[in-house]
Amino acid sequence: MKKLWKRIKNSRVVKVLFARKAVIVCLIILAVMILAAIFAPFVAPYDPYKQDLRNMLQHISPAHLLGTDSMGRDLVSRIIYGGRVSFTVGLVSVLVAGSIGMVLGLIAGMAGGVVDAVIMRVMDAMMSVPMIIMALFLGSILGKGLGNICLAIGISMVPSYARVTRGQVLTVREMDYITAGTLCGASKVKNTLVHILPNCISSNIVLMTMNLGNAILNEAALSFLGMGINPPTASWGSMVNDGYKYMSSNPVIAIAPGVFIMIVVLCFNMVGDALRDAMDPKLRGTLGKKKKVKRAKA
Amino acid sequence: MEDKILVEVKDLKKYFKTSKGMLHAVDGLNFKIRKGTTLGVVGESGCGKSTLGRVLLHLHESTGGQIIYDGQDITHYAAKDLVEIRKRMQMIFQDPSASLDPRKNVKNLIGEPLKNFKVCKSKAEYEQRVSEIMETVGLAPRYAESYSHELDGGRRQRIGIGRALAMNPEFIVCDEPVSALDVSIQAQVLNLLMDLQEEKGLTYIFITHDLSVVKHISHEIIVMYLGQCVEYAKTDALFKKPMHPYTQGLLEAVPIPSLTGKKLSTEVMKGELTSPIEPKPGCRFANRCPHATEKCRGRDIALKEVEPGHFVACTLFA
Repeated sequence: MKKLWKRIKNSRVVKVLFARKAVIVCLIILAVMILAAIFAPFVAPYDPYKQDLRNMLQHISPAHLLGTDSMGRDLVSRIIYGGRVSFTVGLVSVLVAGSIGMVLGLIAGMAGGVVDAVIMRVMDAMMSVPMIIMALFLGSILGKGLGNICLAIGISMVPSYARVTRGQVLTVREMDYITAGTLCGASKVKNTLVHILPNCISSNIVLMTMNLGNAILNEAALSFLGMGINPPTASWGSMVNDGYKYMSSNPVIAIAPGVFIMIVVLCFNMVGDALRDAMDPKLRGTLGKKKKVKRAKA
Repeated sequence: MEDKILVEVKDLKKYFKTSKGMLHAVDGLNFKIRKGTTLGVVGESGCGKSTLGRVLLHLHESTGGQIIYDGQDITHYAAKDLVEIRKRMQMIFQDPSASLDPRKNVKNLIGEPLKNFKVCKSKAEYEQRVSEIMETVGLAPRYAESYSHELDGGRRQRIGIGRALAMNPEFIVCDEPVSALDVSIQAQVLNLLMDLQEEKGLTYIFITHDLSVVKHISHEIIVMYLGQCVEYAKTDALFKKPMHPYTQGLLEAVPIPSLTGKKLSTEVMKGELTSPIEPKPGCRFANRCPHATEKCRGRDIALKEVEPGHFVACTLFA
């Protein structure tokens, strides 16, 4: 265990990643948000589900830091609890989409021929349906519940990953180092995993960080359409949806959760970008060579 | 130099299917390479030199003919048998930046065959072997953790050579290993290859379009034109007395540094390669050849031993 920790600590990827101050800031923000969501009962000032109709649509006040919504529920508490659903949906659906999409893309790109044609035509068909309708369709098959929502949103995003990966595979597989791998005794599977996959991964990471925000918003749309989380459960997306009706009288209700979605997406974008750079030897630059060079006086 | 023949190729053919018909990349080659020697393969781009190298290593399945390696006919070896034979034959690529995985460091690049073929029993042995190879090809130990893009072309090519040498092969296909390099570094890499040959008794097939390079390194030379061998001779004999009009043309095109600045040759080959797709029988060089007659067309011209060890495929010597 200790050895593993040491290895992680000393790896070039981690070192490069943490050399960027913005990444550290983003990671701290994300950590605080995730921890708050996990320990919501201890952090939230109010019960997020307790209605208080005498105090509905309150503006910002010391008692309710962000005011209350149309049911008189405390917005700060709902945002903290809402993080649970939004983080889960965002991360899980993107991981589902990324992993399925990359595997399909790799298979299509490597196998070629009929397999490629079948996989890619299915992906094209899926792509031609708008993402939200796809998710609605899948959601109605899978049923309600957080897990199913993640799966539905994830699957609806698979085609873009499959396309991007396949495109990359087609370029990378023609490179001489793949031939060299074969000559060095690597089987086709090993070649794919050791040489092709790592060289295809960076665009997928970028796509994942970009899709994260979409996934969070899609959850809201699905919930709004009745396919998602049941109404009293808080999620940032559904809070934006509930709040937009009061945009003219009390814009904070919609804007506050929106800002949180934005912050999360921004942070993940920054981290994802840095991760991509750190994993690519060509982009990560030369660390540790920034030491000041002592110049002898001429 | 021994007299044992390591690689023998009989009537080797490789056709590619294209939408316009069969592309004859390699069309009926015959040659033998003795152990410890270098066979140079020259020809302009598109004449099937690289395909030849790849077919020899079974990266492409041959269409016809035989490849005999160390007495065994390896032409139709299945993937399982190829593993054994691949330990003994390797390849050095033209462009080191394309043939080295950008995400692996030098140590892992050189060690890749060792890992895949599971030759090292312990990690210490593996590390030891990698550093030995790095020393052999002249890479300083401090580059072990570097990535290929951080190094210059010569060092990159040294990594490629190191990787090819890792399994202690006896036969190496060098596919234009110096054409992507600076002239000064070309010499270094060529010398390294020649030193290694002397030291380990390696056998090379050296594919290039650079005649001065091939003169420097080869013992025997094959001149290829559109997938066929037009002249096959010892290096000295070929440079002293090129017989095929194509070889003569190639040699005349070599610039010779001259202080007087006089015009060296007026006879530069004209025209371009004809299409290698479904070529008609007859000498493929005929429509560029200054000596072409009716005899050259209509039927294939076989290689003929004009002088001992000097084979030419031309009606002038028939």
